[in-house]
Amino acid sequence: MLRRLHHEQPDTFAFTAANQAWAEAQLSKYPKGRQASAIIPLLWRAQEQEGWLTRAAIEYVANMLDMAYIRALEVASFYFMFQLNPVGSVAHIQVCGTTTCMICGSEDLIAVCQSRIAPNPHELSPDGRLSWEEVECLGSCANAPMVQIGKDYYEDLSSERLNSIIDAFLSGDIPTPGPQNGRFSCEPASGLTSLTTLADERLSHNGSVQLAVTNKDTIKRIDG
Amino acid sequence: MLQDSDRIFGNLYGMFDRTLAGARKRGQWDNTAALLQKGRDWIIQEVKNSGLRGRGGAGFPTGLKWSFMPKETDGRPSYLVINADESEPGTCKDREIMRHDPHTLIEGCLIAAFAMAAHSCYIYIRGEYIRERETLQSAIDEAYDDGLLGKNAAGSGWDFDLFLHHGAGAYICGEETALLESLEGKKGMPRMKPPFPAGAGLYGCPTTVNNVESIAVVPTILRRGADWFTGFGRPNNTGTKLFAISGHVNFPCVVEEAMSISFEELIETHCGGIRGGWDNLKAVIPGGSSVPCVRGEHMKTAIMDFDFLKSELGSGLGTAAVIVMDHSTDIIKAIWRLSKFYKHESCGQCTPCREGTGWMMRVMDRLVTGNAAREEIDMLLDVTKQVEGHTICALGDAAAWPIQGLIRNFRDEIEDRILANSTKRNTMVAAE
Ligand SMILES: Cc1cc2nc3c(=O)[nH]c(=O)nc-3n(C[C@H](O)[C@H](O)[C@H](O)COP(=O)(O)O)c2cc1C
Ligand code: SF4
Ligand code: FES
Repeated sequence: MLRRLHHEQPDTFAFTAANQAWAEAQLSKYPKGRQASAIIPLLWRAQEQEGWLTRAAIEYVANMLDMAYIRALEVASFYFMFQLNPVGSVAHIQVCGTTTCMICGSEDLIAVCQSRIAPNPHELSPDGRLSWEEVECLGSCANAPMVQIGKDYYEDLSSERLNSIIDAFLSGDIPTPGPQNGRFSCEPASGLTSLTTLADERLSHNGSVQLAVTNKDTIKRIDG
Repeated sequence: MLQDSDRIFGNLYGMFDRTLAGARKRGQWDNTAALLQKGRDWIIQEVKNSGLRGRGGAGFPTGLKWSFMPKETDGRPSYLVINADESEPGTCKDREIMRHDPHTLIEGCLIAAFAMAAHSCYIYIRGEYIRERETLQSAIDEAYDDGLLGKNAAGSGWDFDLFLHHGAGAYICGEETALLESLEGKKGMPRMKPPFPAGAGLYGCPTTVNNVESIAVVPTILRRGADWFTGFGRPNNTGTKLFAISGHVNFPCVVEEAMSISFEELIETHCGGIRGGWDNLKAVIPGGSSVPCVRGEHMKTAIMDFDFLKSELGSGLGTAAVIVMDHSTDIIKAIWRLSKFYKHESCGQCTPCREGTGWMMRVMDRLVTGNAAREEIDMLLDVTKQVEGHTICALGDAAAWPIQGLIRNFRDEIEDRILANSTKRNTMVAAE
């Protein structure tokens, strides 16, 4: 797939003060003179701030890291998580379509996206609030089929469940992510077959879901 | 079946206390300084004796790999880099370690880094694992606050910094030299070897890249002894292993089991059997998308380890990502989807891979519909052989093997489809 910058671009980009401080702190992770290492995290933060990655943001980050613009553009166009086109203002739904998800029903999930959002991936819904794309294996195959929305994974999905998740987002809610069939994480749905002898208090959510529930930032822009 | 007391990942599902206090209760970070005091050579020898083979797919002996690192520094620092890119289709095990049992990994990083005289380690986690990154970072912060990382880490006298870094959606960054390029802020394009990372890796310095699971099992191996670890599995295939079983079993899951467990026991004990019963089993990809598929009837008695799957079934254990397909599966389409994956993920720097993955996918497109000639099956096989072994990195091989497995095991089905399609065409012509 050709990945090109969008034809309409805003004139400028700047990190918010908090994001700027965060970005500068990232540089301390790498040895002196190796600040280019921070490019992916910084471009990603720019995308989290704006929703998609603009030319101005790529230039801004290149300047910050003392890199030639073309090197930064190379990175932005190489990595598929960088959205070089605007995405839905509420949510961008990424459906895993790779083999395990495919044999467990991802084509039905894609059909839901096509009928509810837009016929083609990376196309905005008529009201501009949603978009979708098919992505490659998201590393959650024991919970197939699944989608990523914002920071979170919605797993063990059915078309009905995806439909109601979309409804919820459109009405301003954030549905609880994680397995949608009552599972806790990736244990067998019939119940534990291992780790049964540990007497310890059970938590109410798995590690990923707990963060989503606590922070309520599944689709929130990091603009603070 | 493996006993809970012999499971390394006591909190794999994240149901219990995930904080440092919880990890300590489960025996992690228990006098780590004493382990380090036994010295570098002892640690490396113990890991060698344990027979641990890399859990990232290739199964290279971990202790041996560590011994390639320079003993004395020539002025350049040494680095440990953890491969947490986990993007091989079917694979979803490292995620569970990072979000639910992160201290196994963090402690392992300190021990492994010390054994290789590295003062810094980077964990490279795939970009999509956003929550996993957040949970792992808070576990790292906890370890710093507790003095387990940083100056005089865990009271060992060794200074050690652990940094979490992330990617942005590119399977190829799981290849270790592409990962290093990416970590240096470039496109993730694999490097020519030699030099190998142990000679010149990250920033041109001696580097070892290991998978998350390979490192996370080390503290327990050292605590319980190499003999304990070799007590599981067959010789050369030792230890416990995370299996990720997905697809058409009744209850897909990730589970820690003894290496060399039989496929039947794995599926019956943890997955509630094959959907629709054993007679409904069509094919299995036993080790993630890069290994050839195996016909269902050969799998029931299969032993799930490196050597058996390779020598007896012409496949591999890979990452132990077991993709199960029942008779409802269009196997040609299932493998076509992998061809599409490899075409999408080829970094494009070698011609056989860049052109070959596209070429193979386009022939696979037509095999799915049957709109092909029978001779094309052998042409396709021939192209896979021309890609295999002729590229900079193993993605070329990984794209070739699933197709070779399909043709080896399901040629009859491909031919039937071509025949059905041509008869359909012929009848249509006759009816006009
Ligand atoms: C295309 C490609 C993708 C890979 N992806 C991963 C991955 O996601 N995670 C991983 O640990 N190893 C991956 N590997 C294997 C690594 O190159 C390397 O062998 C491994 O990280 C070494 O760790 P180990 O010795 O602990 O297994 C990949 C290899 C190739 C060729
Ligand atoms: S084999 Fe493919 S992915 Fe690997 S370096 Fe060559 S073009 Fe890139
Ligand atoms: S195939 Fe969909 S998460 Fe792995």
